[in-house]
Amino acid sequence: MLSLPDSAIALQQHAADWREAVLLAGAALTDAGVTTDEYGPRMVAMVEEFGAYIVIAPGLALAHARPGPDVLESGMSVVTLDEPVVFGHPYNDPVSVVLGLAVITADEHVSGIAELANVFNDPTAIDRVARAATQGEVQALFQRPSETGGVE
Amino acid sequence: MKIVAICGAGVGTSGILKVNAERALRRLDIEADVTAADIASVSVVAADAQVILTSPEFVDSLGKTNADIIVVENYFDVDELTAKLEQALG
Repeated sequence: MLSLPDSAIALQQHAADWREAVLLAGAALTDAGVTTDEYGPRMVAMVEEFGAYIVIAPGLALAHARPGPDVLESGMSVVTLDEPVVFGHPYNDPVSVVLGLAVITADEHVSGIAELANVFNDPTAIDRVARAATQGEVQALFQRPSETGGVE
Repeated sequence: MKIVAICGAGVGTSGILKVNAERALRRLDIEADVTAADIASVSVVAADAQVILTSPEFVDSLGKTNADIIVVENYFDVDELTAKLEQALG
C-alpha cells in the first residue's frame, strides 16, 4: 500500500470550492513529508487543464499530478470535507472525499493503485471514509486486506 | 486484443481504470492487454487499440480513432466496466 501516515489524513475540513479542496489534499501530502508545497498547485493545474476527470466515482476525487522534483517519496493523503464541493463533473459531483496521490515514477505505483482499487471497489467505502471521525477509522478502512485477490 | 486507459497524467486515475478493467475482462474470460497512458500520448499508444477507456472530459480530445470509445462514469464499479466492455467486445 502507498504510505498513509496519520499526518496525511485530515478529517472534516472546510473548503470553499474544488481548488481549496485539492489544495487541502496537497497540504496533507506536505504535512506527511511526501511532497513539497509546490505539488498541491500542480494538482490544481491538472484539473484546470483537463477538467474534473479526477472525480472518478460518486463523491470521490483522486487528485494527482505527474511525477516531479516536488515529490519526495510516493504516498497518498486523505481529506474529508464537512460540506461537499462541486468539481463540475457530469456524473459524480458533489465530492466529500479527496485523495491526494504523489508518485516518484509513473510505473512503480501500480501495486499501490491496485490496493486502492480493492478498498473502493466496495461501494460503501467512500461513504464510510467520508463519515470517519478519527484517523484510526480511516487507517482501518485502507488497511483492510484484499478480499478479491485481484492484486497483480 | 489491446485496450488503452487514458487520463490526464497517465498516473493515478488511468491506473485505477487499468486494474478494474483487468478484473472485468477476467469476469468475461477475455484475454486483453490493458495499458494506462496519458492523453498527450494517445495517438501513439492507442493507434492499434481496439478499445479506449476514459472519462467524459477526454472524449473530445481523443481525435480520430478506429477504436471503440468507452466512457466510464464510476471507475470503481467493476459491474459498469464489465457491462460496457461486454457490449463493445461482444
